[in-house]
Amino acid sequence: MSSDSVPGAIDAAAAQPVGEDEPGWTAAVRRRVEKTLPITELLPTKQPAYIGSWVYVFGVVTIAALVWVVLSGVVLAFFGSAWWHVSSVGHFFNSIHYWSVQMFFIFMVLHLWGQFWGAGWRDGRAKTWMVGVVIFSISIGTAFTGYVIQQNFDSQWIAINAKDAINSTGIGGLFNALNFGQMYGLHVMLFPIGVTLLVVLHIIQVRAKGVVRPIDDPFQVAP
Amino acid sequence: MKASKVDKKTYYRGIPMMPYDLLKEVTIAMIAVLGFVLIVSAVLSSPDVPSVTLQSWSKADPVDFLTTATGELSGGTVVAGYGPPYNTGSGSVQSWGPLAPQSWAGVHIPVNAPNDFVIEPLTQATAGDSALASALSAYNSASGDQQQKWLANYTTGLGTATVASDGTVTVPSGDYGPVTVLMDRMLTLARSGGLDALLLTSDHFYQTDFTRPLLFLDDGGYIADLATQQKLIGSDWGVMNETGRYPGQAWLWLYTMWYQIPPFNSDTGFLGISAANTDLAVVGIMLLLTAILFLVPVIPGLRDIPRWIPIHKLIWRRHYADMRRRAAAATTPNAP
Repeated sequence: MSSDSVPGAIDAAAAQPVGEDEPGWTAAVRRRVEKTLPITELLPTKQPAYIGSWVYVFGVVTIAALVWVVLSGVVLAFFGSAWWHVSSVGHFFNSIHYWSVQMFFIFMVLHLWGQFWGAGWRDGRAKTWMVGVVIFSISIGTAFTGYVIQQNFDSQWIAINAKDAINSTGIGGLFNALNFGQMYGLHVMLFPIGVTLLVVLHIIQVRAKGVVRPIDDPFQVAP
Repeated sequence: MKASKVDKKTYYRGIPMMPYDLLKEVTIAMIAVLGFVLIVSAVLSSPDVPSVTLQSWSKADPVDFLTTATGELSGGTVVAGYGPPYNTGSGSVQSWGPLAPQSWAGVHIPVNAPNDFVIEPLTQATAGDSALASALSAYNSASGDQQQKWLANYTTGLGTATVASDGTVTVPSGDYGPVTVLMDRMLTLARSGGLDALLLTSDHFYQTDFTRPLLFLDDGGYIADLATQQKLIGSDWGVMNETGRYPGQAWLWLYTMWYQIPPFNSDTGFLGISAANTDLAVVGIMLLLTAILFLVPVIPGLRDIPRWIPIHKLIWRRHYADMRRRAAAATTPNAP
C-alpha cells in the first residue's frame, strides 16, 4: 500500500504493471511473470483459426483425463490400499482410476504424435516438446508403480518380472519393485506431484509461446 | 531476428484469428472424458485376480512348494545364486562388454536363501516342537556335503511323491536325514499361513516390504504356471499384459517388443547382446530411444521428417485451403 493511500481503500497503483525500475525480488518476479505470461495469454479469448483441427483436442483431453486420474486416485488413497478389494464402491473407483489412466495414455500418445507430425517444437518451442517427453516418461513410471501396488496377482507377477530389468541396470537396491511401501509412496506422492507440476509447466510453456504456426505456411511473414 | 524472439502479434501476422473459450473447452473435455470413463468402468470394471500366498501355493501344489523350499535350503534356486542386489552370486548378473552396472552397484537388499527362506522361519517355529528343534540341530551340525546329499536325495524323492487328500506329501523311503522333518514342518507352516508372515523382510510390527515372499514365490513353478494360463509370460509380451481381457500397460509395447526378437531372445546373440543380458540391452535401447525422442527438435534429419512426410497437410488442411482461397482472391482482379 502506498504511503498516501486511504486505509481500507483499494490501492489502484497495486493493480498497475510493476515499473521497470521498481526494486525488490517481488517486483522482479512480477515483471517476469507479466512479460512471460500476461493474463491475455494465460486465458486467451482469441486463437489462430488453424487450431480448429482435431489434433488440438488431444492435448486438452489428456489434461482432462489426468484430472480424473488424480481425483479417483485421491479417493483410493484416502480409503487405503486394500479398500477396493473388499468394497464394490471401492472397486468402481478403482475402475474409474484404471480407465482414466488408459484414456490419459491414449490421449497423450495421440497428442505426442500430433505434435510430432506438426513439428510442434519449431520457432523456439523445443523446451515445450522436451518437457512433454519427460512427462510421458514419468507417467510410465507412475503407471508402473500403480500396477505393482494393486495387491493382486497382476502386481505380484509384474513386480517379480520387472525386478530383473531394474536390477540389471544397478538401481535395484534403490528402486525395489518388490517393496510395496516404497512403490506406494512413489505412486501416490512423488510421481503424481512430478507429473502434475510438469503438466502445469507444459501448459505455461504452451500459453506463453502460443500455438506454433503450420509448417510451410505460404503466407507466413518472415519475422 | 529468430521466429522464437518475435512477439505474438508479429508471429501471427497474416493468420486469421477466431474466438476461443479455453475454460469452456476444458470443461467440456472433462465432462466428456468423465462420461466415457464412467460408462466403461460400469460395463467393463477392472481386473482384480487375487494374489498368490505361500499358503495358497502350498495347498494347491505342495510338491512344487517343497521342491522350491528344498532348492532354497540347498542354495540351488535362482534367487540363491542371483547376485546383486540380493547376494554375491552371479547367476542373474547381466553385463554388456565392460558395462556391468549390476555388479558395480553391489548388494543392497541382502537375501540369504537357505537361512532367510527355510532355517530362520523354522527356527522361529520350534517352540513346543522338539522334533523340529532336533532336526534343525542335526541339519546344522552336519557337514555341507552331508546336507547336500540329504537334499539331493529328498529332491529326487519328491519326483515320485504322493499327495494325500489332506495335502500331506509322502516321499518314498530314502536317506533324507533330518530333511524330512524340516520339509514336513515347512509345509505345515506354509499351509497354516504362518510362513507368509515369517518371510516378511522387516522384524518390525508394521510390514510393507514383500521382497522375500515374492522372491520365494518367483523361485517356484506355481506362480509361473498361473501366469502362463493368463498368457502373461515373456513370450506372450510379458508384463505389458494383465489378467483377463484388459489392455494392460499397452504403452510398454515397444519395450516389450524387443524381448520377442533376435538377438534379444537368442542364445547365440549379436554384438554381445543375447538372452543372457536381454534386460540390460532392452533397458539401454529404451533409454537411448527416449533420449532421441527428447532431443528430436535439435537432431537434423529427424526433426525434418514432419516436413518430408506431409501429414501436416492433413492436420491443417482447412488452413491451407483457406490460405489458397485468400491467395487466389488477392490475385484475381475485381474479386468481390
